Parts: sequence; C-alpha cells; structure tokens
Amino acid sequence: MTAANLREFVADTPAEEDSTLAAAHSALSQAFTVMEEPGAAGCGTCRRTWLDTFDWRLYKAGLTLEFEQTRRGGRLLLSKADGTPQAEQSVTRWPRRPGLAEDLPDGPVRDRILVLTSPRALLPIVKAVSTVSVTRLLNVDGKTVARLVTERVTVTAPPGNIAADTTAELPPRLAVTEVRGYPGQARRAVALLAGVPGVSHASQGLFTAALTALGRHPADYTSGVDAEITAAMPAPVAVARLLLRLLDTMELNVPGVLRDIDTEFLHDFRVAVRRTRSAIKLLGQVLPADLAGHYKTEFKWLGDVTTPIRDLDVHLLGFDAMTEQLVAASPADLEPLRAFLARRRAREFRRLAAALRGPRFRAITQDWRKALLELRDVDGPRRRRPTAAELALSTTGRSFRRIVAQGGAITPASPPESLHDLRKRAKELRYLLEFFAPLHDPVAYRKVVSDLKQLQDCLGEFQDDEVQRHEISELADAMLAERAAPAATLLAMGEIAANLAVGQAEARAEFAARFGRFAGPAGRERVRVLLEGRP
Amino acid sequence: MKIFATYNIKGGVGKTTAAVNLAYLSAADGCRTLLWDLDPQGAASFLFRVKPRVKGGGKALIRGTKALDDAIKGTDFDHLDLLPADFTYRNMDLLLDDAGARPTRKLARLLKPLAAEYDHVFLDCPPSISLVSENVMHAADVLLVPLIPTTLSVRTLDQLTEFVAGFNGHRPQVRAFFSMVDRRKKLHQEITRDLQAERPGVAATPIPALSVIERMSVERAPVSAFAPRSVAARAYRALWSEISKDI
Repeated sequence: MTAANLREFVADTPAEEDSTLAAAHSALSQAFTVMEEPGAAGCGTCRRTWLDTFDWRLYKAGLTLEFEQTRRGGRLLLSKADGTPQAEQSVTRWPRRPGLAEDLPDGPVRDRILVLTSPRALLPIVKAVSTVSVTRLLNVDGKTVARLVTERVTVTAPPGNIAADTTAELPPRLAVTEVRGYPGQARRAVALLAGVPGVSHASQGLFTAALTALGRHPADYTSGVDAEITAAMPAPVAVARLLLRLLDTMELNVPGVLRDIDTEFLHDFRVAVRRTRSAIKLLGQVLPADLAGHYKTEFKWLGDVTTPIRDLDVHLLGFDAMTEQLVAASPADLEPLRAFLARRRAREFRRLAAALRGPRFRAITQDWRKALLELRDVDGPRRRRPTAAELALSTTGRSFRRIVAQGGAITPASPPESLHDLRKRAKELRYLLEFFAPLHDPVAYRKVVSDLKQLQDCLGEFQDDEVQRHEISELADAMLAERAAPAATLLAMGEIAANLAVGQAEARAEFAARFGRFAGPAGRERVRVLLEGRP
Repeated sequence: MKIFATYNIKGGVGKTTAAVNLAYLSAADGCRTLLWDLDPQGAASFLFRVKPRVKGGGKALIRGTKALDDAIKGTDFDHLDLLPADFTYRNMDLLLDDAGARPTRKLARLLKPLAAEYDHVFLDCPPSISLVSENVMHAADVLLVPLIPTTLSVRTLDQLTEFVAGFNGHRPQVRAFFSMVDRRKKLHQEITRDLQAERPGVAATPIPALSVIERMSVERAPVSAFAPRSVAARAYRALWSEISKDI
C-alpha cells in the first residue's frame, strides 16, 4: 500500500453511508474543528472515463488513462498504476465512438500511448460520476491543517464493453489531504479515521473498485486459450472446456466487430474460429461423431465469411509500411489503391455484419454452446479414458512427428505448396501446445514454443508474401475493371509485388536453418522433455 | 517567477495588508504564489493563522542548512503558500552580513530554487533601511511602495527611486501606490491627484483607509476573502489588475 492510499478510506457499505460519515466527522472532531468548505477546489460533480484497449494494453503496460470532462472539453491524464502522473493533455472533446490514439491531437499523452495501443481503439471501460465535498480540519488557531475529501461515486460500463450498461453505486470514499507544512496533522486525521467502525483503508484505487462493482477485473479479456483443464480430467470434458473458452472469445468480440471499433476484434474472432476448427480436427475423436462433423462445416463457413475483410484489413494496416518500401514510385501513386481498398472494405463489412446478425451464426453459437455444456456437465457413467494428459501426449507427439517428416522432405526444389502445407501443420502444433499449456512444464513449454515460433515466422513470411502478391495482382485487375487504376498506381503496385517476391525468396532461403533448429536433435530433445516431463 | 516586494522605510503604511491581499488575489487568479513574511513581528503570518516560527530560525534559512522549501506552509487558500516570520529575523542583517561574498544578493540566491514552483513571490519587508531591505531590492522585480499621501512620504519615494537607480545590473521597477487614503482630507486628495499626474510609476488606484481593512486582524484573513464585495476588496482587485498588467 502506498503512502497516498494509506490516506484513502472507504465506507464498508453504501447503505450505511450517512451514519458512517457522521461517525467519521465525530471522530475527527476529537482533534479538529470540522467545517464544510462548499467552494473548495475539486468540490461538485466530476465526470471521468477510464479508457483502455479491449485487450488492456495500457493496463498491461502498468498505465491508466483517464478522461476528465470539464466545462470546456476535457483533459486526458495518463498515470502509472500507483497513481503517479505520467502525462497530461487537453482535448476539446472525447468522441462518442471509441477512437484510435492516432486520431488524438498532438500532445504528450498521444506520444506515450500511440505505439502501445496501435492498432487498437481506446475504449471507454468505466464511466464514473462523482459528487465531491470537502471538509476543512482546523487547529486551535482556526487554521486549515488538513482536509477530508468525500466522494460519492456512481459507475457505469459503457456500451461495447463486457458488462455493458451495468450501473453500480460505490461505497463513499474518504481521503485525507495534507496541507503543506502540516504533515503531522494529516497523520493524526488518518489515525482517527482508521478507528471509525465501518470505515476501512481503501485497498483498491477508484478504477479497480469501479471494475469490481461492475463484476469485472482488470485484464479480464485475453485472446489466449487459458481454459481450466487438468491432467486427470476426462478428455471430452477438457476438450469441451477448451471449445467453450474459444466460443466465449468469439462472442465477446462480436459487438466490437459489428460496431467496427477496430480491426483486432475481427482478428481475435477469427483466431478463435481457427483454433476451434483445429480443435475439432485434431481432438474431435473424443467428441460425438455427428457433432464434430456438423460443426466442422459450420466453422469453415464462419472462417470463410470473415476472410475477405481481414485480408483487406491486413492491406490497409500495412499500407504505410508498404509505401515506405517504394523506391521508384511515389507514395502518392498508391493512394487510389488505398481508396479502392477502403471502398471494398465497406462493401465486405456489410456482408460480414449481415452474416453475424443472421440465423446461421445465431444457431452456431447457441447450439454449439448447448452441446458443449452438456458434454462438460452431464453426470453419469462416462469413459474415464483417455484423460486430458493422454490426449495431449498422443496428439502433440503425432503432430510433431508429422512436421518432422513433412519438413524433412522439403528440398530447395520443392514447390511452394509443400511449405504452405507445412505451415498449416506447424499452426496445428502451436494450437495443440496452447490448448494443453496448463498441463505442461512452463519452462519446457516456452522453449518448444520459441523454436516453433521461429519456424512459423519464416513459413508465415513465405506464404503471406505469396498471398499478398497474388492479391495485388487481383486488385490490379479489379481496379482496371472499375477504371479506378491510373497507370502510376499500377506501376507502384508492380513495385510492391516485386518487393514481396524478394521477401519471399529471403524467407525461403532461411527455411532450412529454422527447420533444422526446430526438428534437429536439440529441438527433438526439447519436445521429448516437454512431453515426458508433463505432470 | 516574478518577485514583488512591499517596501517602505516607514512602518504602519499598509505594507502587510497590501502584501496579504495582493498575494491572495494573485493566487485567486490561479498563479502559484508564495508570500514570505520577512517582518519579525509576523503580522502576515498572523493574518494567515500560521505560527510565526521557522525551525532553526532565520539562521538556518540564510545559511542554507534548512531549505526555504521545507519551511513553507500552505495557507487556507488554493495556490497560496506562506513562508512564516520568525522572531530571529530581527537579526537578519547580521546573518546576511555573515553570509559570505555579495551579502546584498543572498536573498535573491535563496529564492532562485523556488522558480519552478511559484509564479509569483511576495516579500513582505520590515520597515527599515538595512541590509535586509537592500537584499529585497536586489531580489525583487517590482518594488511595491505604499505611500500615505503626505509631503514626507513623497520625499521618501524620491529617495528610494534615486537609491535604486544607483544599482549596477538588475534594478527593480518601483511602483508606488497610495495607501490609507482618507478622501475627506483635502491634503490627501491634492497629493494623490498631483503625484499620480506627475510620476509615471504611481498607480492610479488608491487604497482607502477603511475599517474593513483593520478588521483583517480580527477575521485573520485577506479582506478579499472575507468581504469580497467591499470597497476595500475592490480597490485591492483594481490595484492588482494594474500591477499584474505590466508583468
């Protein structure tokens, strides 16, 4: 607890607010004359909104961002988790819709958060309306030697959030503030308050307390799998838990996708769909056969309807980096392509929104959840074997051996498809490792994932460059067909395609070394330790 | 950081009431303001209900064993702090004289570290002509000189202006204003009118002699705080507008 929050207290319950505050004043009057200060600085109503990205990037970096509304606009305050101010910036207004940090006017807060948050939008996480009153604590000379600040707070989770539109009233918060040169008097007031029944030291800051009251906690969203599974759990139960966790992730991201808040809602949604498809494919043997078969088709559909817009997002997100690579052409030459991509995206977004609001998607989520819950919760005689650990061992080992065999057969003369296929297998292994991460030794897990990630990066670079090259070519055709492609733009696109081909060749040249590290004797040993060392 | 000093060789001319009210108005405008009560009588400290005591006394401050920063007390008003008086300030001349090279610049050196913390510093000086006053004149950007409208006061202003003009390097701006003006007295009216017309450094706003200003010692607060609509409060506000306009 810091010195600052040692001076902060909270009443135990909102219901007993008046009697608790009266008791606090009575305790303080043992040492001070207690006097209301109606016009004091900070008195009145205060409106604050805490902002973060949906995946809590600021919180994870140890920062909190607060927007304080004032009569003429407002100001953004960036602080460390312990409340130490980091940067402050005036803004004329905060947009009703969540905005990107890059849309903020230039200033110290923008500078600090831009790289951290990009490409995610800043989302209002909690809104608080506080009524603040100030009481002066006077010594025998009638001099103010400390102040008691009382804050009554109502908090709301804004739309687009987990627990959206929930409102809660917090127990009143009391804080003793020191007057310069009178530290002893502030300490005395703190000691008196600490002895008041129904008043405790505030263990949480206002932001955290607000989240708790709304049934949330910081960093309560992650795109990771982190399902609660144990080694001895029957495999169908473990797989149902994994799949339910992935379904939760999909559903949590749908509002953000539909409001088109930022591109990463769809990205996280798609990753959860891909993981689900891999889980059905690789672990589906422990699910009822008809269930796996039906949802294999359904999730493929869901993956397909989200692909076009993600591809366009990837182009648009990387657009500036792409133009920076131009040597012969000018960045301005590519602007017609950017406009074309944006128009296409708007069209594709309408299709995607219709699909996510439609009956097929609704049926997938509802029926899939129902089936998984039954699988997870139904009592009665059930096959206890295989356990989650046995399933992890057999599937992970098989997946690894397959990669070793397929990758070992790749030579410089092999067609690109062989690398594409290996990439899929590597992704499957990665998903298996993530699914069963709680069953593995963390050190052994990190080592294997690190090797695999390097291989995946190389294979990803190879394939992404090829896919993007084909897409550039298709986009050029489409732009020509719509007469939206000046010659300069086509030439610039040609240069981009050439750069992609160079990148792809470099990735191909690196493949043998990366694969060697992953599948060579040392890599195999790391996988053996991982699988045999599991609990 | 701008340093104002209320100074007059004579006592009882309204230095402290001016320092207290002008510092209060500066803070009310949102400027971070410090008032240093240099008068061992501690009248300004009394008016802000702060005990006229500094740990280690004037010696510790002048010798630097206690930073000014550590002796500062918050007043009851936002943005306004006070460096209290101490009875040992009566020996400040001797302390300054012992303070090493360039003893007339010691206060200026002591105040320098506060530049990041305050926009305005007011020095409320004891009535005298001494090493303390010379230090104050070297430290101040503006000397605020309250004048009772008498012929002798005018002579004192002339002497002071001449003294400051003889400084090498930094010279404070001398701003006089009439204080304790009794509009019923013909002499007050004449001197106020004539001097304001003759001297560019004399403020147009006079501070009248009013009982509400005397009540400050009963209320122990600036007149602008306890009687903000009074004639006296309006006069101090007008005077501060005039002075702050030039900085």
